[in-house]
Amino acid sequence: MHEPASVRRYDNALIEPAPVRWLLIVVTLAFLAVFLLLPLVTVFVQALRNGVSTYFSALTDADTLASIRLTLVTAAIAVPLNTMFGVAAAWAIAKFEFRGKNLLTTLIDLPFSVSPVIAGMVFVLLFGSRGWFGPWLSEHDVKVIFALPGIVLATTFVTFPFVARELIPLMQAQGTEEEQAAMTLGAGGLRTFWHVTMPNIRWGLLYGVLLCNARAMGEFGAVSVVSGHIRGMTNTMPLQVEAMYNDPGEYSAAFAVSSLLALLGFVTLALKNFLEWRHGSELAALRGRG
Amino acid sequence: MDISIRQVARSFGAVDALRGIDLDIASGELLALLGPSGSGKTTLLRAIAGLEPIDQGRVLFGAIDATRLSVQERQVGFVFQHYALFKHMSVLDNVTFGLRMRKRATRPPRAEIRRRGLELLELVQLPGIAERYPNQLSGGQRQRVALARALAIEPSVLLLDEPFGALDAKVRKELRVWLRQLHDDTGYTTIFVTHDQEEALELADRVVVMNAGAIEQVDTPAKIAQQPKTPFVAEFIERRAAAAAT
Repeated sequence: MHEPASVRRYDNALIEPAPVRWLLIVVTLAFLAVFLLLPLVTVFVQALRNGVSTYFSALTDADTLASIRLTLVTAAIAVPLNTMFGVAAAWAIAKFEFRGKNLLTTLIDLPFSVSPVIAGMVFVLLFGSRGWFGPWLSEHDVKVIFALPGIVLATTFVTFPFVARELIPLMQAQGTEEEQAAMTLGAGGLRTFWHVTMPNIRWGLLYGVLLCNARAMGEFGAVSVVSGHIRGMTNTMPLQVEAMYNDPGEYSAAFAVSSLLALLGFVTLALKNFLEWRHGSELAALRGRG
Repeated sequence: MDISIRQVARSFGAVDALRGIDLDIASGELLALLGPSGSGKTTLLRAIAGLEPIDQGRVLFGAIDATRLSVQERQVGFVFQHYALFKHMSVLDNVTFGLRMRKRATRPPRAEIRRRGLELLELVQLPGIAERYPNQLSGGQRQRVALARALAIEPSVLLLDEPFGALDAKVRKELRVWLRQLHDDTGYTTIFVTHDQEEALELADRVVVMNAGAIEQVDTPAKIAQQPKTPFVAEFIERRAAAAAT
């Protein structure tokens, strides 16, 4: 397209030459296509390979439905728990000075830095039949490992950092002046939190909850250790996918369930982008302001 | 309300921010806390508000010992240096926040709250901006909204931390005259912190000069300027005056 010379000069001062730009764009797109798009497409192609009716019958299989239910129940417990813990931890770290604050900040990141398998093993060592609390638990007929409580514990552990990490920088940037102002105006702790702190962090919080949920539903490693892989009982969706994949007769059914997990990923991303588009300036403003 | 400060001390680790401060503030007075940064003036202001705990001493609001009272119970009107307006609330919601947060028994009806909010915005000469948000206001406007918000709770005392610190020179002068006027009209006991001697001497009934956590001199602006009691006061006032003259 023809552009006036003056505009072009202006462009040249700010932007890389065209070949460099094109190279960067092509490299990025190629990378995305090979590493992200292709695998996703494969999942859906494999899932729908034997027709739509096979796809839906794979999804309505009793064991699969049980795994979907277990995944939803687990997320429904783990996500609210981590939302509360995350807000509490971020609040403590961002708004108070105390000994061991750096240690706490490091500890919050622990679930990210340690392998999920270790996270699962920890709970087996604590609550397994030969674990610390194992004898006591079996005496009182409480099942933790190879049951819902263990799965929830492992999931909660692995997804703990999401909300807290999203909120800490946000709350640190905001400081405590608005809260102090609310206190001088007569608002107690709870009302200050509800009317002043909460509105200031709500979009960041929602963002953290979304990511936390995506991971809670998708977690494999830690849950795999504590679950026991009982079909229709303790298999979450990711575990069900693996179980089906290893069964030659259910190869494509495995991809049908996978496609659901992939869809969850899409929905999460779509919501995340929607939030950024709708409230992006607010999020940026909250982050940027001192 | 008159306020008495008795032997108030506060230290941060090894640093003594306040070393046994004694001060009496008369009801309806406009008092300036003047000093260089680190002199303890803001710590003293925050201690009066209850935002800063004190290690020793007592703070009396009239006959009431406020030392153990919480920030909320003290009912002070505090204007923060950077205003601390609630970003996500409209100007009117900011101003009426204190009234809306009252317990049901003492909370006025909604229409009354709105009416008082609008009235306060008139008082600070900002009619017609009730529905705007803080980020749509200029610095001077924010300052006045913060003041209206503090006045809404009918405070026992009005405390201002560097009220003109974040404003440019012209707006600063205007607001100074306006604040004096507002003080004379409303009659609230008012204490403000400043590091600008010209501001303190022009605006206040009495000036408290502070240095290193202690009070150097408490006097009328004229006396401070003409009869400085300590070399520090003389130097602080003179150096500032010299800086202003050049």
